[in-house]
Amino acid sequence: MEDLVAARLQMAISLGFHIIFACIGMVMPFLMAFSHWKWLRTSQPVYLDLTKAWSKGVAIFFATGAVSGTVLSFELGLLWPKFMEHAGPIFGMPFSWEGTAFFLEAIAIGLFLYGWKRLNKWVHWVTGVFVGISGVASGIFVVAANAWMNSPSGFEWVNGHAINIDPVAAMFNDAWFSQALHMTLAAFVSTSFAVAGIHALLLLKHPKHPLHLRAMKIALTFGAITALLQPLSGDISAKDVAQRQPAKLAAMEALFQTSQPADLIIGGLPDVDKQEVNYASHLPGFLSFLAHGDFSAEVKGLDTIPRDEWPPVVIVHIAFQVMVGAGMLLMLTGLIFLFLQWKRNPLLTHKNFLRLVALATPLGFIAVEAGWVVTEVGRQPWIMYGIMRTADSVTPMNGLVYPMITFTILYLILAVLVTWLMIRQIRVLHENYKPSLQEA
Amino acid sequence: MFEVIVLFLGVSLLFYCLFAGADFGAGILEGFSSRKFREKGQKLTYDAIGPVWEANHIWLILVVVILFMGFPKVYTTISVALHIPITAMLIGIVLRGCFFTFRHYDPIKGRSQRYYTGVFVFSSIATSLFLGIIAGAVTLGRINLETTNFIQGFISPWFNLFSFAVGIFACCIFTFLAAVYLIGEAREEDIRRIFLDQAIKSNVVTVIAGGFVFIAAQMDGLDLIELLWSHPLSAACLVLATLSLPVLWFTLIKRNVIVPRLLAGFQVSMILVAWLWMQYPVVINLTHGEDLTLHNTSAPDATLQMLGWALIVGSMLILPALFYLLKSFKWNQEQVH
Repeated sequence: MEDLVAARLQMAISLGFHIIFACIGMVMPFLMAFSHWKWLRTSQPVYLDLTKAWSKGVAIFFATGAVSGTVLSFELGLLWPKFMEHAGPIFGMPFSWEGTAFFLEAIAIGLFLYGWKRLNKWVHWVTGVFVGISGVASGIFVVAANAWMNSPSGFEWVNGHAINIDPVAAMFNDAWFSQALHMTLAAFVSTSFAVAGIHALLLLKHPKHPLHLRAMKIALTFGAITALLQPLSGDISAKDVAQRQPAKLAAMEALFQTSQPADLIIGGLPDVDKQEVNYASHLPGFLSFLAHGDFSAEVKGLDTIPRDEWPPVVIVHIAFQVMVGAGMLLMLTGLIFLFLQWKRNPLLTHKNFLRLVALATPLGFIAVEAGWVVTEVGRQPWIMYGIMRTADSVTPMNGLVYPMITFTILYLILAVLVTWLMIRQIRVLHENYKPSLQEA
Repeated sequence: MFEVIVLFLGVSLLFYCLFAGADFGAGILEGFSSRKFREKGQKLTYDAIGPVWEANHIWLILVVVILFMGFPKVYTTISVALHIPITAMLIGIVLRGCFFTFRHYDPIKGRSQRYYTGVFVFSSIATSLFLGIIAGAVTLGRINLETTNFIQGFISPWFNLFSFAVGIFACCIFTFLAAVYLIGEAREEDIRRIFLDQAIKSNVVTVIAGGFVFIAAQMDGLDLIELLWSHPLSAACLVLATLSLPVLWFTLIKRNVIVPRLLAGFQVSMILVAWLWMQYPVVINLTHGEDLTLHNTSAPDATLQMLGWALIVGSMLILPALFYLLKSFKWNQEQVH
């Protein structure tokens, strides 16, 4: 395998692994703190049990997320040294703040997990909330750094060197807000629906189990609200990408020719050689509207981009369709939940509804992974958009396929182990929760 | 601002060696514990380092961020030339971090515990070893930026006697640090005695390993004694660390808890300061061309300003929180137990 391909795969696998744990580490603390708050307010023991059960998940996912994040901070240099040599001083600032946020998160999680009997109960609750807040903050900082790769700013590029560096301008680059908003919401949607789905699955096995019922309702409430907000942030992102990275937008929509107006293509398989999309449905004028807020606006196609600067069209297009499709399904599930909840409808515990929620378990994470494929593969062949190519930045060390395989195996083992541990947690939870204790 | 950043870099490195080093050492110690004692020892280790576990490891992130933002050439040179030992260290960090948590949170305490412990012990050794190897390689000066030859470029900078000697020394000193730390954490007399015993043994081994570092340096053509002698502060630090050894032994035998802890921290700090001062302002010694120093690799002024302020403001947020964490779990223990 070519070193460049191996390096890109290793980065993709590391990021793809880390991002799931990072999302869960960002959002689970909020779910946990919500349940904790219900317990402090109502003194119903079921909320305490739920808080403790979720906190174990938080601990396991945080530990795995923290170490896989540490790996990423080294991999930037291990795999892309020439990029980091130039970029470090420019986009390092969000990383330095991320370090602070992450440090606070690590302290807060120590206080929360071990503070049950030692801290004042409300102080203890606040430490749990703080885990979530600092987690979201560190997520936003990291995404701001990534956004800079899509929208490099805060410097002048002269003869292959950066001069007049302005780290503040680099941090608040044009893409930081739309990317950070989209990612934060995505973390909430994916984690909430995954948690809800697991509890729905358990409700199918243990009907009307009080703990799972409450857990599912809390998680679905978080998930439904954020899933409804996500299309708004998607719209902001689309308009932003259309302006800054027309090649990425054209690849997302497999728009080979510049069009006015441009159709929105749904589904389909792009044929790059013939420059056409097979088996697709078209919504006339909708791409013009999404990209520029005007049904008759011109949208730049791949024909305006030199051929050697095209991102891999097929991958980006399919990933984009998957992301949007999964997001739509989740939004629909969320809407059904909100309606049933509002009507206090008994269908909330109906098997078919539970099946629907259970099926939604992986959808959010599929959308998150697909979304990152769109962002990162859609940026190619650039590591610094329009300035430095990924191929020019890879480390001179050869044999990169070996570390790539090693990390892949490592992450596979960890993924299996974490899943196995979660199953064991749930099994023990049921043994401790005898049917006699259950209330409907 | 330059001085502020350098200070933060040194302090982060020192704290990583002290706190994460004690964690690594706790893992290594488990490997040398009798099975009978292991279970009690594990619980104690967990109670002692669990709450501060995550925080202890962030110091490394700080080091990395300071390097790539403030001294990018240093970060990328280490990343390229020491790709292999860094990867090995990272795998160690991932495995021990995960397995430490898995071990505690696996609700079914069965045979799987043995595997968790095995991986935890093994990866604790690997992480410390490779951390030391990286430090050794940076000092030895076999990093060659000019070559594209795989062996010369990516193997010989770190695969040598001196680097391994430093790696073994790191394993020993971390083990010693952990043992001394855990003496004070133990509440039962029999456990305390075991850690006391391990502290004395690991200290003896550390002194021998330290001597071996000097021998290995000579064999690899690095005149470490001469180098230290030409940096009086470094020499003074090492002399102080050595002179404090008899006091340490005396207090250990007298079963004092506080003094050996302070002395162990003091000795590790002195060794690190001696090394850093000997190197300063060079960070990486190269075979060809000018060595990489903090001065000739530093980022432009605008970046240093921002980094410096981030560190100052960040530490104003972190230090009170860290203080509260330690106060909650470390200094109020008597009331809880």
